[in-house]
Amino acid sequence: MSVELDVFVGNTTIMDEEVYQLWLDGYTVNDAVKVRMEGGVMDECEASKDVLLSDTMDQYRTFQMCERLLHSPAKLANQLLFQIPPHRQIMLIERYYAFDDTFVREVLGKKLSKGTKKDLDDISAKTSVTLKSCRRQFDNFKRVFKVVEELKGPLVENIRQHFLLSDKLARDYAAIVFFANNRFETGKRKLQYLSFQDFAFCAGQLISNWTVGAVDNMVEDMDEHAFQTLPSLRGKTKVFIEMEGSFKNLSRGLINIAAKLTNTKDVRDFFIDLVEKFIEPCRSDRWSAADMKLYLTHYTNSAHILDTFKHQVVWDRYMGVVKSCIFKMYHD
Amino acid sequence: MPGKLKAKIVAGRHLPVMDRASDLTDAFVEVKFGNTTFKTDVCPKSLNPQWNSEWFKFEVDDEDLQDEPLQITVLDHDTYSANDAIGKVYIDIDPLLYSEAASVISGWFPIYDTIHGIRGEINVIVKVELFNDLNRFRQSSCGVKFFCTTCIPQCYRATLVHGFVEELVVNEDPEYQWIDRIRTPRASNEARQRLISLMSGELQRKIGLKVLEMGGNAVVGYLQCFDLEGESGLVVRAIGTACTLDKLSSGTPASNACNSPSKDGKEALPTSSSPPPFSPSKPCSRQSSSSDTDLSLTPKTGKNTWPRPSFPFSSLPSPTLHIGEFPFFTLTSFPPGFLLHVGGVVSARSVKLLDRIHNPDEPETRDAWWEEIRQEIKSHARALGCHAVVGYSESTSICEEVCILSASGTAAILNPRYMREGCLDIGCTDHRFEEPSPPNCGFCHIPYDELNMPFPAQLTYCYHCRRQKVPDVLFTTIDLPSEAAVAGKGCLIQARLCRLKKKAQGEANATAISNLLPFMEYELHTQLMNKLKLRSMNALFGLHIQISVGENMLLGLASATGVYLTALPAPGGIQIAGKTPGDLSSEHISSIQKRINDTIAVNKELYQINPPELAEEGVGSPIPEPRHRSRLFRSHSESSDELSELDLSHGKKDAFVLEIDDTDAVEDIHSLLIDAPPPTGFYSCNTENMPGISNWTSGVQMFTSVRVLRLSNANLTNQGLNKIFTDLCENLLKSFYFKLRSMIPCCLCHLNFTVAVPEEELIQVTVTAVAMTYDKEQTQEKTAEKPINKGSLEAEEQLQFPLELCADSSSSNIQTASKISEGRSRSLRSSRSFGGSSVTVVKMTPLSFLPGTRIIKYLGIINMFFIRETTSLREEGGVSGFLHSFIAEVFAMVRAHVAALGGNAVVSYSMKECVFMENPNKNQAQCLINVSGDAVICISETDQESSASTANTGQTGGSETDGAT
Repeated sequence: MSVELDVFVGNTTIMDEEVYQLWLDGYTVNDAVKVRMEGGVMDECEASKDVLLSDTMDQYRTFQMCERLLHSPAKLANQLLFQIPPHRQIMLIERYYAFDDTFVREVLGKKLSKGTKKDLDDISAKTSVTLKSCRRQFDNFKRVFKVVEELKGPLVENIRQHFLLSDKLARDYAAIVFFANNRFETGKRKLQYLSFQDFAFCAGQLISNWTVGAVDNMVEDMDEHAFQTLPSLRGKTKVFIEMEGSFKNLSRGLINIAAKLTNTKDVRDFFIDLVEKFIEPCRSDRWSAADMKLYLTHYTNSAHILDTFKHQVVWDRYMGVVKSCIFKMYHD
Repeated sequence: MPGKLKAKIVAGRHLPVMDRASDLTDAFVEVKFGNTTFKTDVCPKSLNPQWNSEWFKFEVDDEDLQDEPLQITVLDHDTYSANDAIGKVYIDIDPLLYSEAASVISGWFPIYDTIHGIRGEINVIVKVELFNDLNRFRQSSCGVKFFCTTCIPQCYRATLVHGFVEELVVNEDPEYQWIDRIRTPRASNEARQRLISLMSGELQRKIGLKVLEMGGNAVVGYLQCFDLEGESGLVVRAIGTACTLDKLSSGTPASNACNSPSKDGKEALPTSSSPPPFSPSKPCSRQSSSSDTDLSLTPKTGKNTWPRPSFPFSSLPSPTLHIGEFPFFTLTSFPPGFLLHVGGVVSARSVKLLDRIHNPDEPETRDAWWEEIRQEIKSHARALGCHAVVGYSESTSICEEVCILSASGTAAILNPRYMREGCLDIGCTDHRFEEPSPPNCGFCHIPYDELNMPFPAQLTYCYHCRRQKVPDVLFTTIDLPSEAAVAGKGCLIQARLCRLKKKAQGEANATAISNLLPFMEYELHTQLMNKLKLRSMNALFGLHIQISVGENMLLGLASATGVYLTALPAPGGIQIAGKTPGDLSSEHISSIQKRINDTIAVNKELYQINPPELAEEGVGSPIPEPRHRSRLFRSHSESSDELSELDLSHGKKDAFVLEIDDTDAVEDIHSLLIDAPPPTGFYSCNTENMPGISNWTSGVQMFTSVRVLRLSNANLTNQGLNKIFTDLCENLLKSFYFKLRSMIPCCLCHLNFTVAVPEEELIQVTVTAVAMTYDKEQTQEKTAEKPINKGSLEAEEQLQFPLELCADSSSSNIQTASKISEGRSRSLRSSRSFGGSSVTVVKMTPLSFLPGTRIIKYLGIINMFFIRETTSLREEGGVSGFLHSFIAEVFAMVRAHVAALGGNAVVSYSMKECVFMENPNKNQAQCLINVSGDAVICISETDQESSASTANTGQTGGSETDGAT
């Protein structure tokens, strides 16, 4: 005697948020049932294991059918197959596009290609995020990347409109897309101490201040023209840096980083350069965060004192971002 | 040429990719009606094509308008090879044919393919211009309204109820052995869908003609069914109740315009008491042994004794005298005062061997079969001293060439005031009608003559009015009358039974089934009665007994809602006895007895059954007079069925003393006790109204669940099978409770179980029901305060007829309605954006109402038939995945059609058919689903008030109107 077929379909689609999360996290039906049993849901309504299994199967099937729609969330609102109240739709989308920080930290800055996808099992093992969940997250990144790649206009806004995500999540996706597009190096050992949120913050700064798209159209590349002017700074640094030795080195570091921004390939090393050329020296000198802030503020402003310095605007734009990035990144 | 149908194809969206190379589709649309086809231009390379076609015009007879659906086919244009079909949409244009329903069909329809399911959507506008046709001999019946609802629809008033209408049409089934046939699956499935759509249209038109002939304008309680008879063909049949309905103007809440149990009703009664044409002293002209399972077609002698109905108002023109032949009503709830007395359940079954339908235009055999059954029902009703049968329904179960036809209803006496003259044998009134009986117990009073009862029964004086006699248990197929006085809450009671049967062919098989049927009926009744007692209740409403036949077994499932009627005496307990008085296992027996008594006590608590009579009658003690009970039981098994022969042999035993003489009996008792009560916060019933709960809040969740069990163990006994079947039903209920736990406190209403034996070792159970939330606090308050008056209080709230909100109930209603009004702005047609993003929310319910709302318009009947097939079962997630998506698709298509009609809800929704077949070895499966319901516009009750006031200001002055709108 066995149950051959067992379905339950509601006119309003029934979804349990807990089961949805288990599904997203890549649990198999049986594992999900175990987790639910441990969670004590059995005590409600005198449920048995069979009841729980049947319920979990139903919901898993529903989610699988919904998944196709979740790939283009705008469809979810005007599809006819499932009657889902709007607030539930928002929940479904938001959760589907949510990701694990540990996972995204691993793929940040990598090319969203088939090759990377093949390495997901390693990442899964390393982060202890299930492979299924890794794949979903990776595919989400790729899907968002593909869609916004061809769109004009501000990156965050495009993501939010196309994927109906919350502002926070849209910003995170913008960061991921931005990192993937510019292939920033994030995997080096020296950068391991930085979390995804550190990078996301920096990406936000970079996107809103250094990309043309932030102002009007193209999202893509760094504002090259602006940075063309920065190398001309190099000769002039000596003029206003008459402080202690370490200051000179730090200053040179910052200027060099700025100079490298003109070259797309070197841009990848932006974060590693920041750490190597600035953060590490400071850390070895045991600067406090406050010291750092003071230094950078004065350093930025001192440029204005120089009469000969003709690139005030570009300088501010550069230092503004570098300053906030360093603040964010300066921790253990 | 009395009609012009116009259709416009606007746009498509979410189309599937048909051209792999470009990942796009070159779509165009064919619009077909009858034999005329139009095409749109090809919209190249788009998954969201905008056709914006001209208006395609079809000039057709209204007969065709009724029969044919509009067929829309979406195709992918291919320059070099044949165009690929993407999918189809069938639009039933019937709702456009009567003035009070929808005026236009416009909206997004899912494009459906029998193999791929829903593939994108298409936006279509359909209109009909009807010309007046004065041809008296016309074949069309445009203008007759159809309602699935089994009560008088809200916003209508029944001026006359004409009576029973029935019709059936037969045809060859385009495909009856789907798996072994060589054919393109799509072609034959589509042929089948089209044919059934056509047949339903034709059937509806023919029924409409009958209604017009009777002088009515509507069919209420329309029940259409398919019999897939396999090789012998396809039968589509329908029954309904013809009425003359008056629309109540929407502005004025028709508080008393409709049928209050008014004084004039009572006054009218004596006038109709013409000399009874049929002496009440001899009601038992019925044959004592009605061999319902007889295979022969020879008419029984008993039925000839039914007299021609008399026509007391003979001066009035009554052109349709034959209508009185079957005084049957498919309605299950009635206006107050309509139902005078209820006799009990009457049912009849018959086993037939199917043969090929030779001449589809003259389906005489099928008609004769049903005629036979109806005659039998009628004579049973007559034997109970009743002149009418209410809550009437018919069903079939087919396995290979054997078919069981079943019909059941409730014998009753109706108030002739609402009848069309001549429709009923109203002369039957006797002295008892002269003094008006109180409305909340009157229907319980026996309709038959006390001195000459058709069967031995135990009668007592009504516990409510103390004037009339009542039986001590009442079984009916109708809903609990709104005015009935009840104590506590009701609950779902089910009797389940499996019987093994030897495999056989032809006549031998039919005989074997015939022989088994009475035993099954008897046992189901015993189970029902025991379970009723166990719950300390004394009446069953909405009783539905289904017997389903398979190759090697018969399944029986009886469902009903148990309730404690305060007019009836309190039920006794159940006593356990050993085979002999000095049985060794007396200790064991006493422990079982204790368990039973405990269960009864627990149930009383659970269902809050505290009738005022409790103390004086001493109900608590188990069974004071066992002998009584046995007689009573007998009476009911007989009143509800034709078990007289059996009964005689059984009459010596005491029905409510359960004897434990072998292990089987012990298991029977265990199975009795196995039914778990619903968890806290849940109630369940299978009727329209939940006895004891009326303060619904707005949470509504309709659902369908299907479970198929494979019996792997070949050597099962009847007992073992029973256990499996019972567990299957119980586990389904448990699953529902668990899934719907977020709605607590909630009630599962209209639980409709359907069983089938699709293959030798499979049992399929299909359930459709609605979960509704209610306000717990208020219920308790009410029960505590006025346990007796509660019934009448509910009566006010539960009326199917719009009443002005009473002061005490208004607060809850307003509160509940507020949530619905949110959804409303989105749901009304005016705000529906064309191709916009938001989809109309369409609520569905098997009930005739949606809590907290009022139906302001009925848009027409929804009657849809779909077939889905797959040849990649595994890839679609196995049988469960396949059926899950199909059911979801059916819901989606129903919602889309309702939304296109401008509606926001489906009431009286039901899934008539869900035939599932699989062949896992071939990776194939197929499913047929038939659903029906009434598309409506409903608005929250608070909105109604405001709109009514707007209407009022509109009448008073023009300037104010401007302000209001």
